[in-house]
Amino acid sequence: MAFRIVHYINQFYAGIGGEEKADYKPEIRTGVVGPGMAFKGALKGEAEIVATVICGDSYFASNMDEAASAIIDMIREYKPDAFIAGPAFNAGRYGTACGAMCEAVSKEFGIPVISGMYPENPGVEMYRKHAWIVETPDSAAGMRKAVPAMAKLVLKLLKGEAVGRPSDEGYIERGIRKNMFYEKLAAERCVDMFVSKLKGETFETEYKMPVFDRVDPQPAVKDMKNAVIALVTSGGICPKGNPDHIEASSASKFGEYDITGVNDLTSETYCTAHGGYDATYADQDADRVLPVDVLRDLEKEGVIGKLHNKFYTTVGNGTSVANAKRFGAEIVNRLVNDGVTAVILTST
Amino acid sequence: MKLELQKLNVKSLKFGDKTGFSDGVLAINKAELIALISEDPMLGKNIDADIAMPGESVRIMPVKDVIEPRWKIEGKGQVFPGMLSDVETVGEGKTLVLSGCAVLTAGKLVRFQEGIIDMSGPGADYTPYSKTCNVVLILEPSDPNMDKHDYETACRMAGLKAAAYLAKSCSGLQADSTEVYEMPKIRDAMNSYPELPKVGYIYMLQTQGLLHDTYLYGVDVKRILPTLISPLEVMDGAIVSGNCVSACDKNSTYSHLNNPVISDMLKRHGKDFNFVACIVTNENVTLADKRRSSSYATKLAAMLGLDGVVITEEGFGNPDADLIMNCRKSEQLGIKTALLTDEYAGQDGASQSLADSCPEGDACVTAGNANEVIKLPAMKKVIGYQEEANVIAGGWQGSLSDDGSITVELQAITGATSELGYTKLGAYTL
Repeated sequence: MAFRIVHYINQFYAGIGGEEKADYKPEIRTGVVGPGMAFKGALKGEAEIVATVICGDSYFASNMDEAASAIIDMIREYKPDAFIAGPAFNAGRYGTACGAMCEAVSKEFGIPVISGMYPENPGVEMYRKHAWIVETPDSAAGMRKAVPAMAKLVLKLLKGEAVGRPSDEGYIERGIRKNMFYEKLAAERCVDMFVSKLKGETFETEYKMPVFDRVDPQPAVKDMKNAVIALVTSGGICPKGNPDHIEASSASKFGEYDITGVNDLTSETYCTAHGGYDATYADQDADRVLPVDVLRDLEKEGVIGKLHNKFYTTVGNGTSVANAKRFGAEIVNRLVNDGVTAVILTST
Repeated sequence: MKLELQKLNVKSLKFGDKTGFSDGVLAINKAELIALISEDPMLGKNIDADIAMPGESVRIMPVKDVIEPRWKIEGKGQVFPGMLSDVETVGEGKTLVLSGCAVLTAGKLVRFQEGIIDMSGPGADYTPYSKTCNVVLILEPSDPNMDKHDYETACRMAGLKAAAYLAKSCSGLQADSTEVYEMPKIRDAMNSYPELPKVGYIYMLQTQGLLHDTYLYGVDVKRILPTLISPLEVMDGAIVSGNCVSACDKNSTYSHLNNPVISDMLKRHGKDFNFVACIVTNENVTLADKRRSSSYATKLAAMLGLDGVVITEEGFGNPDADLIMNCRKSEQLGIKTALLTDEYAGQDGASQSLADSCPEGDACVTAGNANEVIKLPAMKKVIGYQEEANVIAGGWQGSLSDDGSITVELQAITGATSELGYTKLGAYTL
């Protein structure tokens, strides 16, 4: 049986109209519409477009969350094995809509999602981590080139075949690292590269050094006497026994624990969940990582307004930047809602 | 300095009346081995030894260290100096190697920071130690409340003792093969191959405390200043591992003894470059130590007039800062670098792989993304404690299924992303 694909296009490619119809609300039609015809040939009967979603670019841009969730509901009954959006070429709003729908569908159904765009389409930078985006020319004149490339890649993904490098497969680099076994030991590869660099020959690094977000430190807290201070740590301090099973490495969650009435963290009551440092001294006295005792003293002395009655903890060890960002955003929301005015972050 | 490695090729293991080697088979007197290990009062009464062969449906965990059996049969000192034997300098004479054989220290967890070795199935493809004939020690502390540092020391020493004992018991036999290594004095090395660039190896060692420590002639490496060492000393066990936390990228004692960067650099010495020196340095936790050690290690490279260095990291996250300092400072001194590391890019591979970076690190080889998830099917036999999969680094609550399969990140597999480059794993960008 052929794989089932749902296709997403905008109002223009559906033949409904141009800019004047860009507020067209999402609808789904059974079978192919517009460029879906070209895919039909390229998919060679191995996969079939079972339904086509049509949505106006302006409508999607102005109602992203609402449109995406409405479309997800429309798609569900068609039980797709894969999702194709576009190609959007260099159309910015269309590209963004294609990328956003790919992300939403991938999250909801966990199926392969694929689009086609010109590298400078803003949708590329926004969604390349979430979708396979085949590189296309900048206008619809490139349809004949885009469709076979997209069809080829989607079939590969549907069959579970290994996808090669971007330059070999024709998609835009997603920035996702994938393991593979090489012919040579990593040590030999390293010495090979070393020799090339010494000789001034060209070589290709296996990993381009990342560029990080740098966060400027906030200005000092002026009014300490009225500050509500919270403790947040990546050092893994948690109630003894690690009740929420925060992982020793590569954490998937953070913990929130109440310290109302707790003046001192002891080896009977607290420990660390962290698997990446010599935890002996943290297990003996968790205040060494999460200084509750000292902050209680400062609270008593009136140096600070008060210590927030909850602390937040996770394990920084091997935890991905994506997870860390997610934890950070969620923790900050809770702190702000609770009226916390300053935070002490401790790491290990 | 000249060292001859006399290798006996171990193809099979068996328990027998007398420990010794014949026709590719290493026989082990189990009672004698256990009696030797049990001399340590820090270890408990239920010590056991077992055998695991390549291809068998066997899982060993939690693994602390892997050691290749070696014993010096000629020359100064003895293997694992300062640990097992006297502090005399090693690296000269003749050393017997039980090639293809390894001692594994397993048994009760020190702290949830140890590794998994599967002898067959998909997990076996990722660890170099599924290809060795393994003598496994199953250890426990004599007191369950023993200080963890003491128990770790006892496990480490048990492995070294067993490895030396096995090799010693096979001395006096005709070697299956012999490898001869020679390192000239630095003065002579400097005058050799004037047309070739002079290069070195900056050998970074993990030094951050319990299960994060490394020893050089018995000295805790966090207490050293970077120093020079001959590759031949490394082959005699001058560097001993005390770490296995996130076991994928910690250098086992076995991988130090067989350091593939050293062996590849020796192979290309005199052809592509003049390999002059090996510099060992540490990865301490404080910023001052990181700055001091990176400045000192690269200063040594500059004093020697090196044109380039290969730098290998041990571990990830915090030590990425040491790696980058060593790289940047070398390049600023006009010394070209190639880096060997591994990656923590998240389970989906979409996050940054390193915790620090610099534009000078333009020649970087990686041993793969340690966060990638693998399913290890159930094995017929488990040596050790399988339930620890739920708590060890790389696992999570629920990693061990009822059917005995284990779903973990590669970081839980011993040696999977070895930053000495002892595996063929790597990564590419989708």
